[in-house]
This record gives sequence, structure tokens and C-alpha cells, in this order.
Amino acid sequence: MPSVCFYFQVHQPFRLRHYTIFDKTPNYFDDFRNASICRKVANKCYLPTNRLLLDVIRRYEGRFKVSFSLTGVVLEQFQQFCPEVMSTFDALAQTGCVEFLAETYYHSLSFLYSRQEFVEQVNMQMQLIQKLFGQTPRVFRNTELIYNNQLAETIESMGKFDAVITEGADHVLGHRNSNFVYRPPNCKNLKLLLKNYSLSDDIAFRFSNRQWNEYPLMANKFAAWVNRINGNGQVVNLFMDYETFGEHQWQDTGIFDFMAHLPREVLNHPDNDFRTPGEVAEAYPAMDVVDVPHIISWADTERDLSAWLGNAMQSNALHEVYRLEKLVKQTRDDQLLADWRKLQTSDHFYYMCTKYFADGDVHKYFNPYDSPYDSYINYMNVLTNLKARCEQALPGQTPPGNAAGQ
Amino acid sequence: MKVFMLGWEFPPFISGGLGTACHGLTRAMSELGVEVVFVLPKPFQQTASDHVRMLTPLQVKPQTVSSTQISTSFVQKELKHVTFHAINSALQPYATPQLYQQQIEQLIHQKATQEQLKAIGGMEEVRHWLSQEPSTMGQPGNYGGDMYTEVHRYAASAVRLSMQEQFDVIHAHDWMTYPAGIAVSAISGKPLVIHVHSTEYDRSGEHVNPLIYDIERRGMHAARKIIAVSHMTRNIILARYGITGDKVEVVYNGVERNGDASQYNKIGIRSDEKIVLFLGRITMQKGPEYFLMAARKVLEVMDDVKFVMAGSGDMMHRMIEMATQMGIGGKVLFTGFLHGKDVQKVFQMADLYVMPSVSEPFGIAPLEALNYDVPVLISKQSGVAEVLHHVLKVDFWDISEMANKILAVLKYPPLQLTLREHGNFEVRKLRWSDAAKKCIKVYQEMTQGG
Repeated sequence: MPSVCFYFQVHQPFRLRHYTIFDKTPNYFDDFRNASICRKVANKCYLPTNRLLLDVIRRYEGRFKVSFSLTGVVLEQFQQFCPEVMSTFDALAQTGCVEFLAETYYHSLSFLYSRQEFVEQVNMQMQLIQKLFGQTPRVFRNTELIYNNQLAETIESMGKFDAVITEGADHVLGHRNSNFVYRPPNCKNLKLLLKNYSLSDDIAFRFSNRQWNEYPLMANKFAAWVNRINGNGQVVNLFMDYETFGEHQWQDTGIFDFMAHLPREVLNHPDNDFRTPGEVAEAYPAMDVVDVPHIISWADTERDLSAWLGNAMQSNALHEVYRLEKLVKQTRDDQLLADWRKLQTSDHFYYMCTKYFADGDVHKYFNPYDSPYDSYINYMNVLTNLKARCEQALPGQTPPGNAAGQ
Repeated sequence: MKVFMLGWEFPPFISGGLGTACHGLTRAMSELGVEVVFVLPKPFQQTASDHVRMLTPLQVKPQTVSSTQISTSFVQKELKHVTFHAINSALQPYATPQLYQQQIEQLIHQKATQEQLKAIGGMEEVRHWLSQEPSTMGQPGNYGGDMYTEVHRYAASAVRLSMQEQFDVIHAHDWMTYPAGIAVSAISGKPLVIHVHSTEYDRSGEHVNPLIYDIERRGMHAARKIIAVSHMTRNIILARYGITGDKVEVVYNGVERNGDASQYNKIGIRSDEKIVLFLGRITMQKGPEYFLMAARKVLEVMDDVKFVMAGSGDMMHRMIEMATQMGIGGKVLFTGFLHGKDVQKVFQMADLYVMPSVSEPFGIAPLEALNYDVPVLISKQSGVAEVLHHVLKVDFWDISEMANKILAVLKYPPLQLTLREHGNFEVRKLRWSDAAKKCIKVYQEMTQGG
């Protein structure tokens, strides 16, 4: 009876341009680079995968379903740099087999620093999804699946959601597995969907790994693994970056063929079906309470915050950007507010990560900077300028504390 | 395994990276049980360009003085597998032919040093000696009392020494010892390894001295194996000296742990001003003018900064003038050549160490800075940039970016903190013992491979 539940994360940050302390102009973002990355990934991943999914959804007439979480910043970039991607997402929305999830508009870590800002950003993203796709999300996922009990409480108190998604980390599950629906403590109705990281990573990370003893991964083999859950689970949550298709796993690895054949192989077993997170939350009761007092995420093997908050530069940069909240909002300047919010995107802090830096690994692949130090310097220079703009806009007001970084 | 090592400088006379490298490598080899006969030019007077005061001779006991008076032999207690032979010679590691000329003339004009001049060997004697053994020397010196002659005379002395020793390989460090290495190899039949710490292209850019280039080239071609201090240097050797890649191994330098955090706190001499440090020879190779140009840009934004230029060299006076002309004379301090405790002190005062070298084959000083918990900004045109990750890097010519990064270190304390924490940890992985092991592997391959 397991329901296969796909959720794909779609996000691109507004990367900063090279910004020195001598720069005075208030344009911080590297439009050229952002546009070219957006178009490149659109051609390799978003467009072909959207078309593939559309095709599969039509072929199975409502039996194949997926869900997406789209950040506000990636949608802005699609509209600006590759509108054709927007029309394919729109077509997917029209099928009725695609659910859109809620998250922070800016893919930010605001939950950790400012609840007010967090709620504002979630509402912004939901309004945009409603406007573009005519759906109001009922399931929430936080940036990088960052989660603890408090997040669940905050989400339930917003009164808009049926469920929250997070990582099925071993250390919070204990003897239990991720193939059931759970409930956070202190929540009345909110349900918890946990990522099956083993099966998700078989597709997202191991698919093309020739050293992996299951290589090559075929759709029928994967479906057999799903079938094995029969009797010991109700749902298989396959959560991954959408860029898995065509970008992390290139087309020549066969990832698209895998995805095209998977629905038939899964549906071959009469007990299996595909459901979206909202449907899963509605269909299955919560089996148990999962207590997560400490923060978890889906990053690295640590499944913690260390990729964004692992060194002094990262914590300083985060601290400084959220310290500007009051000042920025006082200016009532939309441009300042938008710039400030784009600076909250978690990727900026990920680039500053010194963990594994010397070894050169996955962190490097996504990093536009030569070193975490360069990225911090650049970020702080931008923040210093942003702060100066705020102060200019509010003459005579001395903010509490010192200048950013000073 | 016994090595006939033609090296440079030992403590307390170290004036630069070459001496540091020879010392570190030899010491590590000794600890690994390799016997080393270490031959070096005996410092005979204080150098003309700096104000090092050599108060004491090497802390050594003269064991035997060879009958020919060409060398002094001694041992250092900490290095039990090493014997030293200091050859009387006017060679110095960073001298240029012009500088050498000045010194020789100075010597000749000082009556008081006539005796010393005799001690290092008059040119007539050398020529006589050389002409008797032309096969070992290549060309007899026709240059008069110049540096090239001295290099070859030094070679002759080294050959004499080598005939009293048994060894398996010859290891020569940088161009002034290559002729000696070639000659000793020819006489003894033992294979020669040359260790390239810098090339004429690093020191002089495109204006190479053809005589020096020729000596380097002959050394590289005569050697069985070449050790380069970085891939950058290896590339120069391949591109400029016509050497094939299979002959050149890269062995990175190491650093000894000398940073002592407790001392750092005790000294605590810190002014209110931030201190940005340049430490090295003030020569074209080290890019001192880029440091000053970046300093001017920094001072446009931030006032309470001092720029310290520690070192001496042929561009020092021009740099003092340049600082004055730029109107930042009061913000730039020239200390002259520093050694021992003073180096330690200046590192401990610094908020940032900058090495803007135009072409730096390796660069040991940044490792020392990291050892003293000082964050480091190095040029991308340095070999050490290949091994250090937790440092800031910049193109030497990119003044604006250099200033940007200097300012960032001074303005954003977490940057300094993170660089220091990770940098100090990273530098511990660069050990002389690893460098020595790699060299020993090169020896073994040569001696076993025939």
C-alpha cells in the first residue's frame, strides 16, 4: 500500500556581483551570471523535466502525481530570464496532479532569527503561488528542511497548514522509520512527513555512481524496493532537488528514462499509488509523535546547521543581516527591503562554509567564489553599503549598535 | 644513505627562505636517520645591504681544519647525522653579481680585511688551481674577481672536500651551487639532484641574466633529478629550461612549529592602530610597490592603519621615496632587515601579513605568519598558494582587490578569527619530515634505478 510521494525543490539564489568596499552603487546582484545560470539549468533540467512530467502525468490520467516547492526568488528569475519555464510550470499546475508547497519566499534562514520576518516571507511566497498557479499551499517546507518542534508550533499557529516536511534523520526517528505519517509534540492537527533519505539519495546522489553496488539503477529495481515497504509503511517520501534531473545527474546517465519508466513499474503493483504531500497528510493518520527538540536539516551527513552556521564568519554575517531588520523596515523603501531580503537567501551563507573547503567537494560545485573568505568579504561589503543606504534614507536616526562589521 | 648536500645558511645566520629550507630539510633528514655532509659557504663578513650584526660565529666547535684551509668542519649537537663543512667563500644566497662586485671591491679597499681576503683565497690561486684541474671545473674562470668565478672556485673547493667523503647522492640547492654539484658528480660518479628554490625568471622577470640562466640550465640538464618547490616552479623549469616532465618532482617546503600562543599574549605590545606587514627582501620579485599602492587605497578609506615594510633590498630606497611621493610617508614604516626575535615581534604585532610577490616559487614566510597566528594575504603568483586554502589570495597586480581584502581583514573581525583558526591548523600539516621523506624517495629511486 505505500504511496510514493515526490517533492522537488526548485531554487536559484540571486548571486552577488563582485563588490568591493570601494563600490558605492546600490546594484548588488550579478544579473549576467544569474541569467546565464538560470538559462543553463532551464535547458538542462527545468524544461526537459517539466515536459517529461507533463507527458507522464497525461499518460497515466491522474494516477501519477508530484509536488514542487518553488522559492519566490527562483520564480522572479524565471519570469525575468526564461519565461518559457513559467509556462511549463503553469501547464503542470493545470493538470491537477501537481501540488505546490509553501516555504519562505527568499529561501531564508529567517525562522532562526526573526519570527515576524519569517511569517511575512511565507505569506509572500504563498501569495505568489496563488497568483501564478491558482493554488493555496497546504503543506509547508522550511529552507533546507530545517526543522524543530518550535517550527511546527509556529506553522500550526499560522492556521494555514495540514503538514510540515522535514528530513527523516535517524537520530530523531530511533527505531521508527520514515514511511509513516507522524505528529509533532504540542500540535493538535499538524502532521509531519519525513524524507526517506535512503531511497531519495539513491536517485539524487547515487544514481550515476559506478562504484555503487546497485549500479545501474533501473526503474523496475527501484519499484521492487518500494514494494518491499508493503506491510511496513504507508508512504515513501522521495524529496530531492529538482536539479537532480539533468543537472546533478546528467541526461546521459539515463535519469530521464528512469523517471519516464518509474510510474509504470510502481503502478504495476496494485497496492501502490502516487500521492502528493497534501493527499498523504489527509489519507493517513499520524502513527506516533516525533520529538525534535534540536534543529535538524537535510544537509551533509551531519543533518544540522553547520553548512550555514559553522564558523564565525557565517554567524556574524547572519547576525548582521538580521540586525538591520528594524532599520530597513523603518525606511519603508521597497527597493531597500527587496535588496535586504535577497541578502537573506541561505546560499550566501553556504558559500562561506569552511567545512570540507580544503578537500574540494560538493560544496565547491555550487559555489561561485574561489574561497569562503572571498564570499564573506563580498557579502559584508554589500551589507555595509545597504546599511549606509538605510541611514541615508533615515537622516538623524542613529541605529542601536555599531555599523555592520565595525 | 648518505647525502653530499650543497646548501646555504644555518641558524643563527638565516636571512631568507633558502636558509630556512636547507635547515628544515636537513634537520628532518637527520631525524630520519639519513647521513648528511652539509657544505655551505662560510659567512666572512657582514652583508653590505643590511645591518645584521653577526656577533658570534656559528655555535660550533671546530673539529678539524683541513690542511688545505679551504674549509672549516663542525657539527651541530641537535643534528647527529650531519657533518658540516663551511667553505671560505664570499657567496651569499641573495647576492646579485653587482652586489658581489661591490663587496669584493669594498674588501680590497679595506686594509683591515686584507687578511680576510687572503683567507677566502685570492683569485690567482684559484685560477692556478682551476687550470690544474680543468676537467672538473668546466671552464676556467675568466671573469676576474666576479661572482661567476667565485661560483666556480667554490665548486673547486667542494670537489676537494668531496674527495675526502663517501656518499651516495649529491643534492645542490639553487644556482650558485649547481656548478659545484656538477663537478662533484663528475668526479665521484654519484647522481646529482638539484633543488630549485627559485629561478632567474622569478628573480628578474623577463630581464634574465644570461650567465646565470646558463648555469641554471646546465645544472638542470646535468642533474639526474630535479626537485621543484611548487608546480609553478616546475612549470617554469619545463617551459623555460627545456626539461622533460618526468625528471621534475614537486616537494613542498614545510615549516617548524615555532608559534607560541602563550608568548603572543604575554608580549601584548599593541598600539591602537592596525598593522599590516610586508616581510621579505625589498626587491622586484617581491612586489613591494604593489604593497604601497594598495596601502594608499586602504588609507583612503581607513585612517588608523600602519604599514610595516620589514626587510632590505635593492628597491628599498625607491620604496621610501615612493611612499613619500604618494603622501603616505607617515603611515609606512621601514624597519630594515630583521632577524630572530625581531621577526617574531613584528609578526606578533601584525594584524595581517601580505606577500604581494610577482613571482614566488614557494614562499615560506606566509607559513611562518600562520604559525604566529597572523592571517595571510598572498599573491596568486606564489607556489605556496597551491597548498594553502585558508588564506586570502589576490593577483599581485590587482591593487584594488588587494586593498579590498586588506580592509576586510581590518574591518570584519570574524574574518580575521576564521582565517587564523583554520590557517594555523592547516599549516601544521606542512611538515619538513614529509618533505624530507619525498626527497629520500627521490634518492632511492635514483640509486636503485642505476
